[in-house]
Amino acid sequence: MVMNLTKPALPSDDRRWKIVNATMRRHGYSPHSLIEALHTVQEIFGYLDTVALKYVAVSLHVPLSKVYGVATFYNFFTLKPQGEHTCVVCMGTACYIKGAPQILEAIESIVKIQPGETTPDRKVSLVSARCFGSCGLAPAVVFDGEVAAKVTPAAATEKIRRWMQS
Amino acid sequence: MNPSAQKTLSVKTLQIDGKDVSAREDQTILDVARENGIFIPTLCNLDGLTPIGACRICLVEVKGARRLLPACITQVQDNMEVFTNSETLVKYRKMILELLFAERNHVCSVCVANGHCELQSMAQKLGVDHIRYPYLYPKLSVDASHDRFAADHNRCILCQRCVRVCDEIEGAHTWDTMGRGTSAQVITDLNQPWGTSETCTSCGKCVQVCPTGTLFEKGRASGEMTKREFLPYLTLMREERE
Amino acid sequence: MTPEELHKVAETELESRQQIDHTLCVCTAAGCVSTHSDKVKEALEKEIEKHGLKEKCKVKGVGCMGLCMAGPLVSVERTGALYQMVKAEDAAAIVENLGKPPVQRLLCDTAQPFFSRQKKIVLENSGVVDAERIEEYIAAKGYEALLEALTSMNPAQVIEQVTKSGLRGRGGAGFPTGLKWGTVAKARGDRKFVICNADEGDPGAFMDRSVLESDPHRVLEGMAVGGYAVGASQGYIYVRAEYPLAVKRLKDAIKQAERLGLLGHSIFGTTFSFNIEVRLGAGAFVCGEETALIASVEGKRGQPRPRPPFPAERGLWNSPTLINNVETFANIPPIIRNGGEWFAGIGTEKGKGTKVFALAGRVNNTGLIEVPMGVTLREIIFDIGGGIPDGKKFKAVQTGGPSGGCIPEQFLDMPVDYESLAKAGSIMGSGGMIVMDETSCMVDVAKFFMEFCMTESCGKCVPCRVGTKQMYQLLCKISDGTATAADQVMLEELCDVVKNTSLCGLGMTAPNPVLSTLRYFRDEFMAHIHDRRCPAGVCKIGKEQVATV
Repeated sequence: MVMNLTKPALPSDDRRWKIVNATMRRHGYSPHSLIEALHTVQEIFGYLDTVALKYVAVSLHVPLSKVYGVATFYNFFTLKPQGEHTCVVCMGTACYIKGAPQILEAIESIVKIQPGETTPDRKVSLVSARCFGSCGLAPAVVFDGEVAAKVTPAAATEKIRRWMQS
Repeated sequence: MNPSAQKTLSVKTLQIDGKDVSAREDQTILDVARENGIFIPTLCNLDGLTPIGACRICLVEVKGARRLLPACITQVQDNMEVFTNSETLVKYRKMILELLFAERNHVCSVCVANGHCELQSMAQKLGVDHIRYPYLYPKLSVDASHDRFAADHNRCILCQRCVRVCDEIEGAHTWDTMGRGTSAQVITDLNQPWGTSETCTSCGKCVQVCPTGTLFEKGRASGEMTKREFLPYLTLMREERE
Repeated sequence: MTPEELHKVAETELESRQQIDHTLCVCTAAGCVSTHSDKVKEALEKEIEKHGLKEKCKVKGVGCMGLCMAGPLVSVERTGALYQMVKAEDAAAIVENLGKPPVQRLLCDTAQPFFSRQKKIVLENSGVVDAERIEEYIAAKGYEALLEALTSMNPAQVIEQVTKSGLRGRGGAGFPTGLKWGTVAKARGDRKFVICNADEGDPGAFMDRSVLESDPHRVLEGMAVGGYAVGASQGYIYVRAEYPLAVKRLKDAIKQAERLGLLGHSIFGTTFSFNIEVRLGAGAFVCGEETALIASVEGKRGQPRPRPPFPAERGLWNSPTLINNVETFANIPPIIRNGGEWFAGIGTEKGKGTKVFALAGRVNNTGLIEVPMGVTLREIIFDIGGGIPDGKKFKAVQTGGPSGGCIPEQFLDMPVDYESLAKAGSIMGSGGMIVMDETSCMVDVAKFFMEFCMTESCGKCVPCRVGTKQMYQLLCKISDGTATAADQVMLEELCDVVKNTSLCGLGMTAPNPVLSTLRYFRDEFMAHIHDRRCPAGVCKIGKEQVATV
């Protein structure tokens, strides 16, 4: 294997790599900036693939296995591409006792996937989360980045149905 | 260690299981206990590797401390009173071993390390004769892609010895841990088959330090799975050179 | 920036306010944003323009006003009128009534106990200042504590005031803050660091998020004072990536403070320099533990290491490190401004000052509150919280998240502070308070928290990694109605070993929700085990039985 031990070239012509590189440069390519770099990759590509992990590892001089270890330690990072739409059901305590399990069950029954998975047609990703601090408005669900308050199973499935038909 | 540094280390006196002992201030409770022939069981700890205090088998009671302390990592202090073998400790150690046995698949009779396994001998030594907890039996893979070695993750107790030896001694850092909780697993590079690892030097140190039948040499019968204690020698030689 | 310039900024800001007749404050913290307060704000702005009032009336976004369940909230500065559940359509009525009696149908009663029984120190600016403008914070005495510390106190005097105040860590454990600062100040090291723990991971807690979204500069100022006191020139705020609005406001606040020279080189012309960087968490509850948090700031897996050595001596990059949580730092500016004795005069003997709680669950008034230490749980839940909705009966209040416990009715008159909550089998924790009524099954609640701890266990030490999994499976059996008496014995045994042998706080406290529910609601466990019945009708066995009856 030939591993470029100086600064590696960008993995492809995709201009987005420049943004990843900019994050690492801002931190002086310090190994400590691994998590910051992974955040940037996930933000602009939506997930962390092998190419990205390798590029970050070599740029920051962090061992490959360590990068993989960090990427899989934190819930926020995903190694799989996400669907067109993402639905995050909060399963924090307040939402839990106010009926979040019923919401999740209702959604699961129509998308036929478990939390952490994406429908085969890549339309919807279902995620269950640990509290995003909207406890005062429980139960809360995030539809494509927008927090919805006091959600009912019916309202949630209605929204998801529209996504699936779009 | 250079002689001048040694001079500045002060001597501490303490008591372990009622016995008065003295120690250098940079020593751990485990070091001192061993020097004085007092047995404290250990599992994740290995001389020559940075202690991490993860397995909790070496926990001891220290008078005045709010909780139990890992002997492998706790430094001695003057007038410390240490108890290594109380009823509570024995109970906890047995339970921790039971938890480990129930976590993956540790059926000794079909394991390559049978007879040379530290988990097995520790259970014998501490008198763990049955496991009360339900076996979790996760479905884990066996990676036999490497030319000379293989990894059976069903036997792994996540002691991190392979990860540490590869990083600290060999310097390759091929191994690390992925995931967390009970789904944590040791991996090579980007969780790829060991044989395809770009960084592994095939030095075999990880195999030598593995306490169970997780990492083993191919083509050897279980009777031949003895491990070489190369670390103390290696560390000593490196220190001398400095 | 010189002291004079700081005062000038405040004066200019106050003067410009004199030009305005009416200011409408719209809550733009995450709670109200999720009920579309942003659209309300837009509608109000349009309405003002339509009425040609642009010169005289202003709409500003402010932080959390507390009563999240009634959001979006809009308040009218000076008259103090508070409108609740405002929709964009209501904008016209609100604007037309400026300077006249308020719109009755939207009015929220500000004399109700929810507002009148609170005492605001940490939240004094929340819902009042625009979190996105440093000038507003400065006009509210912002950065005066830093000025005073740097120009008229030495580090030892700062620590003395903090010690005198009796402030204890608001992250959960309640370690005396002054003592911690003193230890870091004394620790030897070429460089030292200050870290603000904003990895608010307890489900049911949103105090820190709210403070960061509503008044970010307060936290920055607290950190800078801390840096001066312990001799650090670099600070990090470790914030959950799940709080995008808080992250954005913090980053903007840091830039503004740097622009005015309130962070950076030689602040107020002194030799003290201090910089703050934001570090994003990535979804790991264990990173609330300080050694795990440090590992994460260093870009590693957030796994804790045994203490000692404590971070105060060997923390970030092995240097002495001061770690406090958001609310602790947010208490610092008023303590420096008013003196430690003032703060020590509030609260109880062992719990000084106030505590912010996130009130949620089966309670009428859900939201964020700040009360003096020592008020009773009954006052919080029934007076401030307005009691239990739908005529249901109170069952328990959960404090301290997955590390805490469920407190039953018999303790409702207990004053809330660190010691009394611990005595009742729970902990103060970071301030999440979740009320449960008779519709909650305590076995189910215990199972919920155990699942949480199991999936959040980092996997480093055996008892936490495997013990929590075994406990979770036993709780599943109990809730399924398939457990035996022997299973319960085993569960209690596991509680003991996990609590006493785990490496870090996560494992050591993971059995707490089980232990406290077993202690106070043993009959519910018994009903599941012996009668195969779920009294609350939550667990699956209960439902089946109801169906067959």
